[in-house]
Amino acid sequence: MAEPVDIPEDDEPGEDVKKFMFVNRRAPYGTIYALEGLEMVLITGAFDQDVSVVFMDDGVFQIVKGQDTKAVNMKNFSPTYRALEGYDIDKLYVERESIEARGLTAEDFVVPVKVLSAAELAGLMAEQHVIISA
Amino acid sequence: MAYEINGQTIEHDEEGFITDVSQWTKELADYLAEKETINMTPEHWEVVNFLRGYYNEYQIAPAIRVLVKQMKVAFGPEKGNNKYLYELFPYGPAKQACKIAGLPKPTGCI
Amino acid sequence: MLHTVNKSPFERTALATCLRYAREGDSILLYEDGVYAVRKAQSTTADVAAAAAKFKLFVLGPDLDARGVRPDQVIDGIRIVDYGGFVDLAAENGPVQAWL
Repeated sequence: MAEPVDIPEDDEPGEDVKKFMFVNRRAPYGTIYALEGLEMVLITGAFDQDVSVVFMDDGVFQIVKGQDTKAVNMKNFSPTYRALEGYDIDKLYVERESIEARGLTAEDFVVPVKVLSAAELAGLMAEQHVIISA
Repeated sequence: MAYEINGQTIEHDEEGFITDVSQWTKELADYLAEKETINMTPEHWEVVNFLRGYYNEYQIAPAIRVLVKQMKVAFGPEKGNNKYLYELFPYGPAKQACKIAGLPKPTGCI
Repeated sequence: MLHTVNKSPFERTALATCLRYAREGDSILLYEDGVYAVRKAQSTTADVAAAAAKFKLFVLGPDLDARGVRPDQVIDGIRIVDYGGFVDLAAENGPVQAWL
């Protein structure tokens, strides 16, 4: 029996899977870059692409634990990074130089991350089809 | 733009999604379902409550693909599939169910 | 690959981070306020001159002109390109990383 046309198939295989890297370099609340960058990651994730997300420079502050924005009247979007796993986005990297400069370790983040050096990340970057910066 | 329910004013956007998640009530859900010509059964409530739980944890409305996957984990394959969800919410489960659940429109939703 | 930088090195870390990521054979294009990095006789000159020796450095001419930076003030080894040159660089190199 034919399905009505407007119901998508479950688990459609990805045809044109491209490698997307999102590079986050901005702290979360001072500008809109971090939130917009996260929305772009979610949209890309909904389309079943090969997504990796890198946090470097002040971007590492986007995922530090213990954020509480109530008193500044802004939405705390740090819990949303934990949703990425459900979008099959599990390649989350932080740059070692950036976290060392800020006195942070891999345990300080709300999501499991892989710590890589700038040189290692530069190698991954060169393999991408698309790099999106925020 | 706003809904008026039991003397309460609840702001919504141009597509009918309420703008303040904390203003949601079960009465609002029933009211919105009626506007969408959906008769809320326990199966509808299961999805709506699941979406509210998801939002509470992650602060976003899930994409449909993610909703299907998480429903499968929570309730099994007979409920975690597109057909089941589209039968409950014919105009798009993410969009219709999210609206009734008081969530924002899913990012990049269909 | 091609890296682009559009922020002044005096205000942002964009150029410093870019130089941490650039690899042999990569091209780097400076435009908008990024062009302030190409001037001789300022605190950033030594680092940028070293980068120019290691990578292919380009600067967008119209942005130099707009900011009153003369060609003779530009560090040796940095090539000045026009908008067409910008497009060629993007087309010739692999992925593009914009350091914003």
